[in-house]
Amino acid sequence: MSYTHFKYDLDDDGIALVTFDSPDVSMNVLSSAVMDEIGQIVDRIGKDDAVKGAVITSGKKAFCAGADLSELGAGMADLKGLPEDEAKQKLFDMAYNLNSRLRALETCGKPVAAAINGLALGGGFEITLACHYRVMAFDTGAKLGLPESLVGVLPGGGGTQRLPRLIGVMNAAPIMLQGKQFDAQTAKDQGVVHEIAAATEIVDKAKALVKKDEMGAKQPWDQDKFKLPGGGPYHPAGAQVFAAASPMLRKETWGNYPAQRYILSCVYEGLQVPMDAALRIESRYFTKLLMRPESRNMIRSLFLSKQSLDKGGRRPKGQEKADITKIAVIGAGFMGAGVTTVAAQAGIEVVLIDVDQSNADKGKKHATDFFAKGVAKGKISEAKAGELGDLITATTDYSLLKDVDLVVEAVFENSELKAKITKAAEEHMKEGAVFGSNTSTIPITSLAEASSRPEHFIGIHFFSPVEKMNLVELIVGEKTGDHAVSRAIDFVTKIKKTPIVVADTRGFYANRCVMRYIEQGMHMLSEGVKPALIENGARMAGMPVGPLSLQDEVAIDLAYKILQQTKKDMGTAYKGSPTDEIITTMYEKERLGRKNGKGFYVYGEDGKRLWDELDQFAKDGVLPDDRQPSPAEIKDRILYAQSIEAARTMEEGIVQDPREADVGSILGWGFAPYTGGAISFIDTVGLKAFVQRADELKAAYGDAFAVPSLLREMADKGETFYGRFNPEKKAA
Amino acid sequence: MTHAYIYDAVRTPRGRGKKNGSLHEITALQLATQQLEALRDRTGLDTAHVDDVILGCVSPVGEQGADIARAAVLNADYAESVAGVQVNRFCASGLEAVNIAAAKVLSGQAGMAIGGGVEAMSRVPMGSDGGALGVDPELAFDHYMVPQGVSADLIATKYGYSRDDVDAYAVESQKRAKKAWDEKRFEKSVVAVKNQLGLVQLDHDEHMRPETDMQSLASLKPAFKDLSAFVGLDKVAIQRYPDIERIEFVHHAGNSSGIVDGAAAVLIGTREMGEKLGLKPRARIRAMASIGSEPTIMLTGPAPSARKALEKAGMSPSDIDLYEMNEAFAAVVLRFMEDLGVDHDRTNVNGGAIALGHPLGATGAMILGTVLDELERTGKGTGLATLCVGGGMGTATIIERI
Repeated sequence: MSYTHFKYDLDDDGIALVTFDSPDVSMNVLSSAVMDEIGQIVDRIGKDDAVKGAVITSGKKAFCAGADLSELGAGMADLKGLPEDEAKQKLFDMAYNLNSRLRALETCGKPVAAAINGLALGGGFEITLACHYRVMAFDTGAKLGLPESLVGVLPGGGGTQRLPRLIGVMNAAPIMLQGKQFDAQTAKDQGVVHEIAAATEIVDKAKALVKKDEMGAKQPWDQDKFKLPGGGPYHPAGAQVFAAASPMLRKETWGNYPAQRYILSCVYEGLQVPMDAALRIESRYFTKLLMRPESRNMIRSLFLSKQSLDKGGRRPKGQEKADITKIAVIGAGFMGAGVTTVAAQAGIEVVLIDVDQSNADKGKKHATDFFAKGVAKGKISEAKAGELGDLITATTDYSLLKDVDLVVEAVFENSELKAKITKAAEEHMKEGAVFGSNTSTIPITSLAEASSRPEHFIGIHFFSPVEKMNLVELIVGEKTGDHAVSRAIDFVTKIKKTPIVVADTRGFYANRCVMRYIEQGMHMLSEGVKPALIENGARMAGMPVGPLSLQDEVAIDLAYKILQQTKKDMGTAYKGSPTDEIITTMYEKERLGRKNGKGFYVYGEDGKRLWDELDQFAKDGVLPDDRQPSPAEIKDRILYAQSIEAARTMEEGIVQDPREADVGSILGWGFAPYTGGAISFIDTVGLKAFVQRADELKAAYGDAFAVPSLLREMADKGETFYGRFNPEKKAA
Repeated sequence: MTHAYIYDAVRTPRGRGKKNGSLHEITALQLATQQLEALRDRTGLDTAHVDDVILGCVSPVGEQGADIARAAVLNADYAESVAGVQVNRFCASGLEAVNIAAAKVLSGQAGMAIGGGVEAMSRVPMGSDGGALGVDPELAFDHYMVPQGVSADLIATKYGYSRDDVDAYAVESQKRAKKAWDEKRFEKSVVAVKNQLGLVQLDHDEHMRPETDMQSLASLKPAFKDLSAFVGLDKVAIQRYPDIERIEFVHHAGNSSGIVDGAAAVLIGTREMGEKLGLKPRARIRAMASIGSEPTIMLTGPAPSARKALEKAGMSPSDIDLYEMNEAFAAVVLRFMEDLGVDHDRTNVNGGAIALGHPLGATGAMILGTVLDELERTGKGTGLATLCVGGGMGTATIIERI
């Protein structure tokens, strides 16, 4: 008997070597077909008297990267229209499939070992946990982990049950709740694996463990004398851990992430009962989770959509992927140095140009310091850091641009200066090389006027700090050609950031939307909402920092400058807002934000505290307690204001794909990730309900909530963004 | 209609709730037993007429487990017909036990009943019984549960009680308790605890620190600050009270109730049964109430429970001559007085748990006895005893001398 996804070889000692090796793919994933075959193989191992035990390994570089999340999505779609209880039961049966297969594996009566040759994540890791013994390669960079909760799901293959039973709740918690991955040595130290060995030896070592079979083909938790390491919820030591778990998680999640929350319940409830019941409990919470919008939205945006964009999914038709091996960065300030760093980190040669050699050197030092930190943290070797540093040439000499694939210009936001540099660079750039301007405010079309080859001119908008922020907006000017877009995508994907392609407009996409966020904070302040309530309300809505705090980070003098520029540009068309007065007053009082230690907050040694004179901005005084808005009201204001702006950018064609709007909103300015992004939020609320609520908000709080006519039209037609702007159809 | 009368009330002195406390070598069973014996012996009670003994106990495990009320009934050689039941309303258990005894009497289902409580905190530490409240994420996470100390600090933050305010309250509690002992104001109810030989083991409240002043308190570090920072308890409280920027940590061992060992018992009955047994009633239970309140701030239940009891009695806060409000934490009492509009002159006139200690299951019955003694000593008429309760509750009882 043979299998599609597995090779099965019985050796002379009666040990079956089961090799996971799905055809025609580079990575093994857990699909329902794979699970069915696991079931058949387990059955065979258990029943065949010739088989004394088994070893499971992988025929790929990685062991297995987990479950097929797209299959999960399809399974969910099949449930549409079923009565709720029936849908629940169906989904539970689907969720429990893996658990029942793996439970059968560990109770098949024969010893089974996993020989973990490479990366084993999620369901892949869970397969190994269901084996009686684990041997892991230490020389392949193999890692273990349960990253499910990062994309809104939970380890549904027994991970929440077996891992804590193996290493205790305290050690298992960061792996399950934060998706922390760990290497072979750590796995050995923590007792996750029994042995580590060179990749070439793991199968033999695993076979040896199977032959010895010290546990009698029974998992620790199936032994009579099993004691949970660290104790369960009502063991004195365990109780401490459990009592700390809920507040610690709430502190981190603000209650917005059901995956982590349900993992806690899986562990709490599951550890009090035997494994069979525990797995049923886990599958019930897994099912419960899948029925929530957070889970669906996070899988879509943070996994499927992001993955697609990371692979260059928005490359224009007819353009081929090509390698970027050498770039130039012009302007060695904070942004330029950051771009240099991430480019060199990805193995790209960088010519870093500044008018001043010492500035250029300083920029290079920024990068080498960054690599040195990586060495100190044990992330890279000293030799590697040296190699990366050597990729950077700091210079004032434009002639070095002759063989670069791409130029990233990152000088001050000044049109004349940028024009000068464009001309200087183009004199030396080779045929087909692309010029990218890292501007956050000046329209690309106007900058491209300085270019003699505007079809190769594009905006490449990085976010600060470049090393941390993973979104890059590619801004397509009027004359920007497909080749430029394609090369920019080559670059951004090579430095492992996520590109979105947006049309040319003031503020592009991300900055335009995030302005709406800060603006709501200012509006509330002027209405007399307590500053702490504004900030905490924003956090409860899922934003990473409050709007006042964000304004302090961005710097108030910058906001003031942008305000002046906007007023100048728009002339009489400009409509004032409460934000203007607040920003102006703050600026005049020299409260510039974190940079000078005082803004909306006062920055002291024991952290920051809200400035105690903010009530001056409350037009009619601070509202009495019984008229302060509820957190739910604040949440709506904050999320709706941003989502409406995001919808407007789609209406205007600035962003064309809802996946880019969603992924961009999360990576670009931290829009409440549990919503799946600014556009998913609208789809989840439902267009009709969204428009209705927005109208209410407009009546109460003004034009920031005026819905674009697109939304009204979609509401009337009963459409959704992902339906109307179907990305799958477009991609095909 | 039938009324419920208090015929007597006794309590143990409170022993320091540590291994070096005088009562650490006395079992919880003995503490409870000796109180039942004292009630019987002081009143000459024929225990066959007692229908039920209800004892509060907050950690009913180990030696306090398996229905310590029935265990004490047997050990005190009460008539075997006397039933016993243990109840748990956390810190108000002792008062709840009295209220249940009173309710049985009021409803005509008991002629005579005893309510009281016991907690040997040095022997069965707080939290020994586990419980879902702070552990099961369905409660702890979904309902924003924090430990009581954080709730007390939340009260102080929300209502603006400064470190000086709560410390000053604590100093006053110690001063009042000292004066009360000096003037033998607790003499009527305190029954010395005897040891295995029948000799006196403890005859006074040993947790008091009368030398306490603002300076000595100022040196104490806030008790819940570091744990909060580590685990994020303050962030949990803030997510429930998002108009608060940060929790000000003001409570410490010196302005919170002391951990002590102790027991108490109150004899409740109908007028007819009292007459039959030749007992003279000391006071009548006018009203009683238990309520639930917001569980994160947790400790603001006393005022609404007092209001509910007052309403049942057709009274207003000013009709009460003396208040006993359990001093779980200084801010709780400050908030209670502010909420109900009563001043400190009428509240906890003989100090409270900050000086004397808080044997969880027994305190409610103890402070009811305290307010009764003080009404008699001062010739006043009405008293109200109330306690804040874990999980967000409050219990109150109003008594009136006759």
